[in-house]
Amino acid sequence: MSDAATASPAPAPARRARVAEALLPPLVALLVSVVAGDLLILAVGQSPGAVYRLMLEGTWGNAYGFAQVLYKTTTLVCTGLAVAVGLRAGLFNIGAEGQLAAGGLGAALVGLALPAGTTGLIAIPLCTVAAFAAGGAVGYVPGVLRARWGAHEVITTIMLNFIVLAFLSWILTGRLRVPETVHTHAIHAGALPRLSAWLAPFHGSAANASLFIVLVAAAATSWYLFHTSRGYELRAVGLQPEAAESGGVNVGNTWIRALALSGALAGLGGINFVLGYEHYYEEGFATGAGFLGIAVALVGRSNPLGVVLAALFFATLSQGGLAINALVPKQMVDALQGVVILAMAASVPEVRRLLTLRRRAR
Amino acid sequence: MSMVLAFLAQTLRIAVPYLFAAAGGVLAERSGIISLTLEGFMLGGAFSAMLGSYWSGNPWVGVLAGLAGGLVLGLVHAVATIRYKADQVVSGIAINLLAVGLTRYFLKLVFDSSSNSPRVPGFSAGTSTTALVSGLLHNPLIPLGLVAVPAVAWLLYRTPFGLRVRAVGEHPEAAATLGVSVKRVRYVAVALSGALAALGGTYLSLDQHQFTDGMSAGRGFIALAAIIFGRWDPMRAALACLFFAAAETLQIQLQAMQAIPGQFVQMIPYVLTIVALVGVVGRAVPPAALGRE
Repeated sequence: MSDAATASPAPAPARRARVAEALLPPLVALLVSVVAGDLLILAVGQSPGAVYRLMLEGTWGNAYGFAQVLYKTTTLVCTGLAVAVGLRAGLFNIGAEGQLAAGGLGAALVGLALPAGTTGLIAIPLCTVAAFAAGGAVGYVPGVLRARWGAHEVITTIMLNFIVLAFLSWILTGRLRVPETVHTHAIHAGALPRLSAWLAPFHGSAANASLFIVLVAAAATSWYLFHTSRGYELRAVGLQPEAAESGGVNVGNTWIRALALSGALAGLGGINFVLGYEHYYEEGFATGAGFLGIAVALVGRSNPLGVVLAALFFATLSQGGLAINALVPKQMVDALQGVVILAMAASVPEVRRLLTLRRRAR
Repeated sequence: MSMVLAFLAQTLRIAVPYLFAAAGGVLAERSGIISLTLEGFMLGGAFSAMLGSYWSGNPWVGVLAGLAGGLVLGLVHAVATIRYKADQVVSGIAINLLAVGLTRYFLKLVFDSSSNSPRVPGFSAGTSTTALVSGLLHNPLIPLGLVAVPAVAWLLYRTPFGLRVRAVGEHPEAAATLGVSVKRVRYVAVALSGALAALGGTYLSLDQHQFTDGMSAGRGFIALAAIIFGRWDPMRAALACLFFAAAETLQIQLQAMQAIPGQFVQMIPYVLTIVALVGVVGRAVPPAALGRE
């Protein structure tokens, strides 16, 4: 059942109101962040127009820049989906950072354990499943803590980020790392090809075939959420846990399932770096991508297609930061990410309030 | 004896930023506003304090600038969550990211560096064992940090304002019925929490005489952990801060011996918080209206 179909064969104005409620906040957030960006650009005495043009040229304007955007999009789709699945179940997964890192190490451990020269046909699925499972295991923990002991997932996922990252660091420094570095040895089993293998202009970019795996995961997540009974239960619990409970849904198990899936999706993102780019696990590869996943899920309105588009937007912003560095410090985009999230958080309830006021006024 | 003294002195120095942040966090959380923001408040405070001290050449101006920085970030959070009813968790994360982004941006802009500021006037404290103890006397923020928590406890439990804070945190509707302006009380509580947590950051940058990128390094989250571990009571939260600081000191001193991997000592506050939430230490009951509108 699709989202539109569950809600009733709504008359056109009601549907239009719902579309407005979904799309207006991201537009407001975009507008606010452009204004904030202008201020930061003017603060260094540059012209906003020139900076934005440079940003576009450095991202969508040339093959390499665009490929880098795709590379960054791949990870962000995963962490964005992770947060989105949680939000659909009424849960806030702030642990995507640790789950992504765990997924990366999981993929690397399996890849390192395979004999050198193992064909990609075997190695890629095994490593991908390992990333998915490792992230899922990390997500499972706050699920159980919430369902069995009522420990709030916002706090436990934040705390688990620190615990998981310290734990991974312990595994890495114990015996895995190449001396004097913070990464493992390279995997010699089959890995994912770079996109430049097919598209020569992408030469030198890290963009790789995990993009396709991740897009399939986004489609599968959408299907799971909107076309399966488990997904229906998950959304029901997210909307109204008490009602779902009396409707026969096991709320606790649904929470566990949702957070495990959420963690698994974040973990899947680990293959982008490990299998597709460097072919080893490196401490810190996940830094920032987990928190940015929250922004992606919010702007994408917890809808998988929206998440993909929002990931593309934030990846453009992040790659664009490098392009504008000559005119404005690239750190500007770090600040803008915060502005987008803040504006998004403030405009969702405000837009809903204003739309309700308008409806009443009619 | 001198080893014990050095241990206590170092514990205290590590605890001070936690104490400031926890004092601020308790105040906001008791008013019903979630304090995921402490990390950002600290980072913003550390940066603005450094900037104030750099421009004026006077560390006390730095302290005032730190307070102002925290106050501004606190007000941004307050406007978002109280005026616009933004989700408190989301707004908190945004404030943290905003603090990271803005400090990086202005660090690059003002000092053309992506890692640290130049040396600025601060409150000196040497690193040798004797200086560790005597240094405590040279840094006025240390006694201030020790007073911060009892002051908040007094504010919460002994003043009409504190009563209102606790009332709007537990039952805003009832408080409103009695004529308390829920919004105003929360605005003040969140702004104060920003200023207090920023003093924790101020302590960091003025103690090290410089700002380094990301120098709050998760301390805001440890302070939040201490608040939960202390079950939202200021004095118990302060004890948790001291305990976490002692564990950290122990880790630093044990590092040479490598008895336990440092990573596991780092985990202590976070694991204990989860344990506290799960209820081994008695059920942790947050303020009833925490996170609600």
